[in-house]
Amino acid sequence: MSAAANYDVAIVGAGAAGLAAAVECANAGLATVVFDEQPTPGGQIYRAITSTPLVDRNQLGPDYWHGERLVHQFENTDVAYAPRSTVWSVTRQDGGFEMGVSGDGEARLIMVRHVILATGALERPFPIPGWTLPGVMAAGAAQILLKSSGLVPDGRVVLAGTGPLLYLVAAQLARVGAKVERLLDTTPRGRWRAALPRAIEFLASPYFVKGLAILRDANAATSIVKHVERVEALGKQSLERVRFVAGDQTEEIATDLLLLHQGVVPNINLSNAIGCEQRWDNAQLAFVPVVDAWGASSVAGVTIAGDGAGIAGARAAQARGRLAGLYAACVLGKFDTVARDRAAVLARAELARFSRGRAFVDAMYRPADSFRMPEGDTLVCRCEEVTAQQVVDAVKLGCTGPNQMKSFLRCGMGPCQGRFCGLTVTELIARARNVSPGEVGHYRLRFPIKPITLGELAALPQTEASVQAVVRIGKSH
Amino acid sequence: MHESLKDKLPMFRRLPEAQTGSGSVPVTIDGRPFAAHEGDSVAAALLAAGVQACRTTPVSGAGRGPFCMMGVCFDCLVTIDGRPNQQGCQTPVRTGMKIEQQSGARIAVDAPQQSS
Repeated sequence: MSAAANYDVAIVGAGAAGLAAAVECANAGLATVVFDEQPTPGGQIYRAITSTPLVDRNQLGPDYWHGERLVHQFENTDVAYAPRSTVWSVTRQDGGFEMGVSGDGEARLIMVRHVILATGALERPFPIPGWTLPGVMAAGAAQILLKSSGLVPDGRVVLAGTGPLLYLVAAQLARVGAKVERLLDTTPRGRWRAALPRAIEFLASPYFVKGLAILRDANAATSIVKHVERVEALGKQSLERVRFVAGDQTEEIATDLLLLHQGVVPNINLSNAIGCEQRWDNAQLAFVPVVDAWGASSVAGVTIAGDGAGIAGARAAQARGRLAGLYAACVLGKFDTVARDRAAVLARAELARFSRGRAFVDAMYRPADSFRMPEGDTLVCRCEEVTAQQVVDAVKLGCTGPNQMKSFLRCGMGPCQGRFCGLTVTELIARARNVSPGEVGHYRLRFPIKPITLGELAALPQTEASVQAVVRIGKSH
Repeated sequence: MHESLKDKLPMFRRLPEAQTGSGSVPVTIDGRPFAAHEGDSVAAALLAAGVQACRTTPVSGAGRGPFCMMGVCFDCLVTIDGRPNQQGCQTPVRTGMKIEQQSGARIAVDAPQQSS
């Protein structure tokens, strides 16, 4: 990993928000480093944009290629870029922060004055019966395989879920020749009514025309079943069939690949572990860090930009990244608040433009309760293989929150550290106790937020204090 | 338990432009040679090779394959060059890489072996 020992600003994530923040920080003359887990910049939306084998621009579409300019701007700065690195801890030290970072099997400690988290989103858990079978994947995974490797599902594909991305993936896959047998839309009947009060804003937003085009393409690409109430993945060793229920209709179809998607949620593992205040967002059905108009969190010196601070999409993330970068430059004394506010005008306008219509999308594609809170033997925690029934039973035994649930069931204690069960467990407990998910709370996450080896830890340089601590213990015996 | 490579048809195929556009990266999957592509993650290479289940779980022994492809779910854990529990989707393929499916929990006393 090529990174110095000290920086003014560290940005975690090289997606739309992180890249935009980096450009602003660099322009302001701040020594900046960007850590990112992927091998190339772009995050998930612009994944592999500098390396994708898909050169025909119609295949991935203009929303994907929009990222090219941003990546180009980023590459023309003197920002230190550390791809394939994982930030596993951020702790306050000497007025700044000490960050634990691993890359290529080597851990490093890096000191920074200001931290911008641009950790983006992850797919909302979609716990249906059989969702752990090989052959069942997140819809975003198929998109990643297409973008980075030019891999297209071979065989019978079924997509299930709700939200614009599901339709986009169906259209993209069909465009590159995949056989999309069916799109099972789990959006419940009557969502239009709930979303109607926000419709005017949506009709005036940039998403309306795009949405129409995606719907048209998806309709041409596959047969769509509306108001699907139940989806099951069936098979012994791997996926063989998908069974679904829609109204009076129950059908089983032979399937090679089932792609699931019911929206994305903020990736809050790092901000949660740092101690940034989180709140339950009932419109987005997720925990969201509390931030101000610049993205500043409840922890001084930690700013959060992009979908990691609440889902608003790539273009909004880019604007929020710029704002976070300007804020950091101001806090670190590169310019005053007047200059900051003046420089932020364009980004604020962009943010307003691309935030319009979001409330409609949230209301329209709010995933149904039955697809967020499963019952019976359906696995909730993929890592420790804990079922929905076990979680509900533990509540009956007096387990009131997700952190106690760990000692009851090991739920959330596997390698993914609760990323894929956190929301489900919180909502199941909340329903069983008849309280709000906000009251139940989320897993309390601790460093390291991603597994690292003891070897990596042991190879870290020892501080004076840690050496003396050991020596003192030695002397007292 | 594991489905062997020869029994499976690839679940993913490569677009023609992706076949010519990037260089071939020879790796082995459970000892069998496979031509991965530059830009592939280990998980992508496994799916291109027709491997659906790349590990079994420590709890029930059920087969698992890549699920999220973005480093979140940890379902694509494999042994790479003797090092167990590597996230396949977060590791780019390298020439000569030895990729092995992983069975159940790793044995704590196993020291990582150096690749030859």
